[in-house]
Amino acid sequence: MVTSTRPIIKKGAGPGPGVPGPNGNGSKGDGGEYRDPKSHANRYRIGMWVGLASVTMMFTSLSSAYIVRSVSASDWTSLPMPRVLIASTLLILASSVTLEVARRQLKAAATTAYARWLMITVVLGVGFLVSQLFAWRQLSAQGIYLSSNPHSSFFYLLTGAHAVHLAGGLFGVTFLWLRSRLVLSEATQMHKRKASADAVSIYWHFMDALWIYLFLLLFLWR
Amino acid sequence: MSETHEGAHRHPAPTGFIRKYIFSVDHKVIGIQYIMLALAAVLVGMIMSLLMRMNLSWPGTSWPILETLFPTGAPGGVMTPEFYLSLVTMHGTIMVFFVLTTAPQGGFGNYFLPIQIGAEDMAFPTLNMLSFWVTLVGFIVILLAIFVEGNQGLGEMFAALGPSFRGGSGTVGPIGGWTGYAPLSALGRIAGPGQGAGMNLWVISIAIFCIGSLLGALNFITTLLNMRTKGMSLMRMPLTCWAWFTTAVLALLSFPVLLGGGILLLLDRVAGTSFFIPGGLYVSGILSGSNPNFPLHTGGSPILWQHLFWFFGHPEVYIAILPGMGATSHILATFARKPVFGYRAMVFAIFAIGLLGFFVWGHHMFISGMSPYSAIAFSILTLSIGVPSAVKTFNWLGTLWGSRIRFTTAMLFALGFVSLFVAGGITGLILGQSSLDLAMHDTYIVTAHFHLVMGVASIFGMFAALYFWFPKMFGRLLNDTIGRIHFWITFIGVYAIFVPMHIMGIVGMPRRFASFGEYEFLKELHPLVMLVSVAAVITIGAQLLFYVNVFWSIFKGKKADDNPWEATTLEWNTTSPPPHDNFAGVLPTVYHGPYEFAVPGAPKDFVMQTDIEAEVPGGNGHNGHKH
Repeated sequence: MVTSTRPIIKKGAGPGPGVPGPNGNGSKGDGGEYRDPKSHANRYRIGMWVGLASVTMMFTSLSSAYIVRSVSASDWTSLPMPRVLIASTLLILASSVTLEVARRQLKAAATTAYARWLMITVVLGVGFLVSQLFAWRQLSAQGIYLSSNPHSSFFYLLTGAHAVHLAGGLFGVTFLWLRSRLVLSEATQMHKRKASADAVSIYWHFMDALWIYLFLLLFLWR
Repeated sequence: MSETHEGAHRHPAPTGFIRKYIFSVDHKVIGIQYIMLALAAVLVGMIMSLLMRMNLSWPGTSWPILETLFPTGAPGGVMTPEFYLSLVTMHGTIMVFFVLTTAPQGGFGNYFLPIQIGAEDMAFPTLNMLSFWVTLVGFIVILLAIFVEGNQGLGEMFAALGPSFRGGSGTVGPIGGWTGYAPLSALGRIAGPGQGAGMNLWVISIAIFCIGSLLGALNFITTLLNMRTKGMSLMRMPLTCWAWFTTAVLALLSFPVLLGGGILLLLDRVAGTSFFIPGGLYVSGILSGSNPNFPLHTGGSPILWQHLFWFFGHPEVYIAILPGMGATSHILATFARKPVFGYRAMVFAIFAIGLLGFFVWGHHMFISGMSPYSAIAFSILTLSIGVPSAVKTFNWLGTLWGSRIRFTTAMLFALGFVSLFVAGGITGLILGQSSLDLAMHDTYIVTAHFHLVMGVASIFGMFAALYFWFPKMFGRLLNDTIGRIHFWITFIGVYAIFVPMHIMGIVGMPRRFASFGEYEFLKELHPLVMLVSVAAVITIGAQLLFYVNVFWSIFKGKKADDNPWEATTLEWNTTSPPPHDNFAGVLPTVYHGPYEFAVPGAPKDFVMQTDIEAEVPGGNGHNGHKH
């Protein structure tokens, strides 16, 4: 039988009774602002980073397969690099810059400029996908197909997987562009727009960096 | 009294039947949909294990019903070895993916994570709906895989997809095992019966399942990080939330690897690449490259598939069991009426198990010809998982120590979980050592080990969770008498099934064999085989009681209060079942840790997380209540 009472403040159970602890919504635990619009919109940024972690893991698995296969195989024939890939690289780098410009215009509340730069990004993104198509056609015209040799298998697989992911990003940028014409009055909607623009551009820059990585892996690693 | 404040209504309650119960974006409905999917899948998996037991106990017997259902798989009603192997494959795949991964995480996690952190829904409700429907499509595809080879009509439909989808290899379903080892799984029809169209559908189903799980995991993590209510600091979350969060992280990082591997495997099968197919392969009497049916392959690595598969496969084990650990911790504390012993240690143990789970996949591959040095590294890392596991076990025992336990059905299943986790986990220390595993690999002791620790223990976690949360989900209690009968038959039954399997394994009985009649040294084990089968029939019979109990109680069970177990966490603050936005428009504020039971000075023996008047500054006992 317990005869004395002790404080119910316990180590490891948050800052004791009566005091709300900090949470994920911008509350510092001091009873301050609860679920302000900014933190509500933050879920788009958080979700995007979390999603990119899984995209990273998928490309990690594919590139580890690439590395294992390339160092252990005796049947490896290196592909000639399709020249059009240089254009691809320039296009996707430029698209990252234009998207970043668009995002800054949004921060400066220049909606018209924001829409214009988004449109340019869409055009550059489509250009990238078209240039990829040219690269695949160039290779297949030389008789190099998916199953021709391990390097070509990985080339089609990695560029294809990247293109599918980039097409998703293109869908996102197009969505931002179409939505950019709407005039928003509420602060909540504005925060949401900024958060979606952030999320899409995080994704787009990631796809840009992923392309550079794949390009180097495919043509410089071996 | 609980202090409340305004919460945002993000989507109004739907009114039409279809939006409300079928294509619902409400996490509670989606959670129940996941549980129903698991209940359907587990029934299919159990029937398959029954069929396997029939064949092992009475090999060569003619079962007329089998001939009616599977004319190609069981000609004359006698099960062919290929049919048996396809049962092994489908039982494993369905149980691991569509039961052990869906119910604990997608089911209970979906339903209770948002409520327990005080949110009105998941962060991305539409994505949540999508993740369930994608998973359901995966389940339909895996069911098709069973029939596509045996059934002429279906077989022809799929043959239209391309030459590699042509069925007619004379068996039912894929036979690659749930691990689908290359190179046989990568070759297509040439590799023999059960490696044709059904195997394609198997790979596609797994890939679809990966995508569904990834969407779910993304949602869980974002919800937990972004949507906790006021006062819900990380260290005030129930251990269930920690478990679901860690599980989501594991799923997020391991499923993409399987997806990558699955894409490579599918390309090998349908596009003629050689990622996993080595050169000079001689299969079914044909040399690679000597026949148009078997084109030339060179240089692929079958071991690569094992690495990719097990890099996913081992975290998958923890994806199955961590939610059970969370539920068990939660339920033990509630019915022992004591705080969880070492809350912080429990959180770190969950994380440690999750983290170490990523570095031990090699222990599945000790006999793949890996370097003994890597094997030792994998062994040491594997055995080190015993440390956080022991921390959890001792903390569960510490929670129970000196308590006055309320033996509800949920509590019985939670105690059963602890028992099974220890009993099944202890053989992990044996199998995790490369020197011992070389002898025991692919014998029944492996089957016994993972069924106890990952299969049955996880299922017990789910049973505990269902008996515990059923009143919250449906507003009615499950029948307690049937529940207790269900518990005792299942608890004794699973030990009766799996303890003899340890003995068989040590004797050297290999797993995945359709019959053992040709092996002199195994003939003496036949009584044990029969014992296992009888126990399996009885145990599975008891599960029918459970099904009846669930579906009867949903409609006719005893009405439940809002807080029938006198529990502390947020889900018991709202009505049973909760309204569409969980807290009727006003989100709760949290003032306490999740397990404030038997608090000295408090008016009751439990303090709810939202209770404000239990504040005892300095512990001078101002309420004057002592116990």
